[in-house]
Amino acid sequence: MTLAGFLNDPINFVAQWLTGLLTGWGFSNGLITVILYFIGILVLVVFAMLLDIGLVWVERKVVARFQDRLGPNRIGPFGLIQPIADIIKLVIKEDITPAGADKVVFNIAPVLAAMSVISLWAILPLSSKIFGVDLNVAVLYLVAAGALGTLSIIMGGWASNNKYALLGAFRMVANMVSYEIPMVVTLLIPVILADTMSVQGITQAQSGMWFAILSPLAFVIFFISAIAELGRSPFDLVEAESELTAGFNVEYSGMKFGWFYASELLHAFTFGGFMAVLFFGGYGGFFGLEKLSAFHWLTNPFIQAAVFIAKAMFGYWAIMWVKYSMPRIRIDHMLAFNWKFLVPLSLVVLVNTAILNKLLAGLPAWGYTLGMFLSNVIIGVVTIEILRAYGRKQRKSEQTLAQAMRN
Amino acid sequence: MSIPLSWYLILAAALFCIGLYGVLSRKNAIAILLGVELMLNAVNVNLVAFWRYLDPAQMAGQVFAVIVFAVAAAEVAVGLALVISVYRRRKTVVADEVDLMKW
Amino acid sequence: MTADKIIFLLIGVLILVSALMVVTTRKLIHAALWLVAALFGVAVLYAILQAGFLAVVQVVVYIGAIAILFIFAVMLTRRDMRDQGPQTRSNWWIAALLGLLILAGLVFLIINQPDVERTAAVIPAGVDTLRNLGTALVSPDAYVLPFEVASVLLLAALVGAVYIAGFGKKS
Repeated sequence: MTLAGFLNDPINFVAQWLTGLLTGWGFSNGLITVILYFIGILVLVVFAMLLDIGLVWVERKVVARFQDRLGPNRIGPFGLIQPIADIIKLVIKEDITPAGADKVVFNIAPVLAAMSVISLWAILPLSSKIFGVDLNVAVLYLVAAGALGTLSIIMGGWASNNKYALLGAFRMVANMVSYEIPMVVTLLIPVILADTMSVQGITQAQSGMWFAILSPLAFVIFFISAIAELGRSPFDLVEAESELTAGFNVEYSGMKFGWFYASELLHAFTFGGFMAVLFFGGYGGFFGLEKLSAFHWLTNPFIQAAVFIAKAMFGYWAIMWVKYSMPRIRIDHMLAFNWKFLVPLSLVVLVNTAILNKLLAGLPAWGYTLGMFLSNVIIGVVTIEILRAYGRKQRKSEQTLAQAMRN
Repeated sequence: MSIPLSWYLILAAALFCIGLYGVLSRKNAIAILLGVELMLNAVNVNLVAFWRYLDPAQMAGQVFAVIVFAVAAAEVAVGLALVISVYRRRKTVVADEVDLMKW
Repeated sequence: MTADKIIFLLIGVLILVSALMVVTTRKLIHAALWLVAALFGVAVLYAILQAGFLAVVQVVVYIGAIAILFIFAVMLTRRDMRDQGPQTRSNWWIAALLGLLILAGLVFLIINQPDVERTAAVIPAGVDTLRNLGTALVSPDAYVLPFEVASVLLLAALVGAVYIAGFGKKS
């Protein structure tokens, strides 16, 4: 019951202290377990929601800096109280339900959207000792939570009784369902490399070498499909504020819209966290440095959690960087890009990783790393050459067509 | 794990019969397919319960359930494609009105 | 009445009530959403039965794909956004009677099976069911043949569905 005990293993420490306290008050063992679970869930959800409020501030400041302006700086130092002001504004707005809308479905959709994102926090490994649950199918759970999010969008679009909302919802669901395929295929690559589907196992398997170095193409494809899954730019035609009149959430106002917006930001941050876990070593990944006695503090749970959140923030920043630098892609280009380019490429990378993982198993670590990295580079170069040849052919056929029309 | 096996089997039987009622009594072709989905889920619950309670080391129960997932997905895809195609021609989804080939 | 029995009863009530709403509600889109609730309850049931992979695949395949297919089909086959007229056929009471008879028969059969009140043995610590499932699905002397046939079936269904629903008009 010392401070060192708390610093080294916070969750078990608090659980033991609470168990002792509650047994002293006379609760039965089963009830204590249930109460501890509830407290754990509450702490995790509150942490996620507070982080979400911070993300609103981060988003607005970063977009401002990308656009060469300052962002909110009036309320509080550096505009830090701005998200609180936003929340107060959204809460006191009028709660409009459109006429003819399906009231129950209309009101459940934002809740379901938030639920699907927060449920992802159950498997996010903040540290080797701080996590919700160590599922042995955690990677598939990530895909499942995305499926719940898709459902909430279609519920929102349908229940609004508005054909633009419905159209936006259709496009978004088509987008998300299509980009799930390269996402699942590239999610399989860390699973192959780590020989387990559990996120703790994947993090620990990267203590020698990050998977982003072993398979950079997989990371790039996962990055692109994650951005498409989130529905953020450049894949955000579905809620294009300037075109489709904000898509499926056109009829949502006040705090319901606030839930959609907040869950989108938290989803982006959670995907940044998953990119960190799957490809950049999560809370660890110090290339074996933590085994030296001088760096033993790197295995402290709080340091690990800080490292994880820093990496997740970096991933989130990269997602925002792409969002504020690229123009929007049209829906048919989006789907063609997925089915004609990403899906075959991701399948090729998967087969390559699976075969090489077995072939190079006997080599020392540097040989294995070099082999996998080189194979990815070769696939990348070949892909670019194929694309160049395709582009050249297109340009030539257009030139001959233009010449024929001139004559 | 103190739940007796019979509870799972009775739950699956009830789900199956509710799906059966849905298939036999609904007019809309899509509602009939919803009933079929309930029946397939009841079968899966049965399979997985037997797997867990009789011999968890043998994978036959889970493999069978996975194959049922695949078959259900294929069946729903083709079934709904047919329903949409019929709707486009005949402008109806009521199963009773698709009766061109009846005598 | 231990904790897992309470959880099972709650989930069982959720599943059966959602299934009843699926087959009796008037609005078809609500029926599809109640189906999502029933499927989610079945996924929780798989998790209780320690078939974690099946629970997650149930959510991904059934809720993430099949339920969305149903919702799309319902939205695409309506001329207006209201449900009119009776949704059940005139002989619905025969169907209900048949359902109740079959349920009674099945429950009678189940109760009279020997050793049906058994409780589950604890899975021994060394058995990794996930890895066993993966091995069984691709091992030549296990179930690789049904696995491959299922993938061919899915390919045939994919091609068939695209052809029927996509190009039916042109013929």
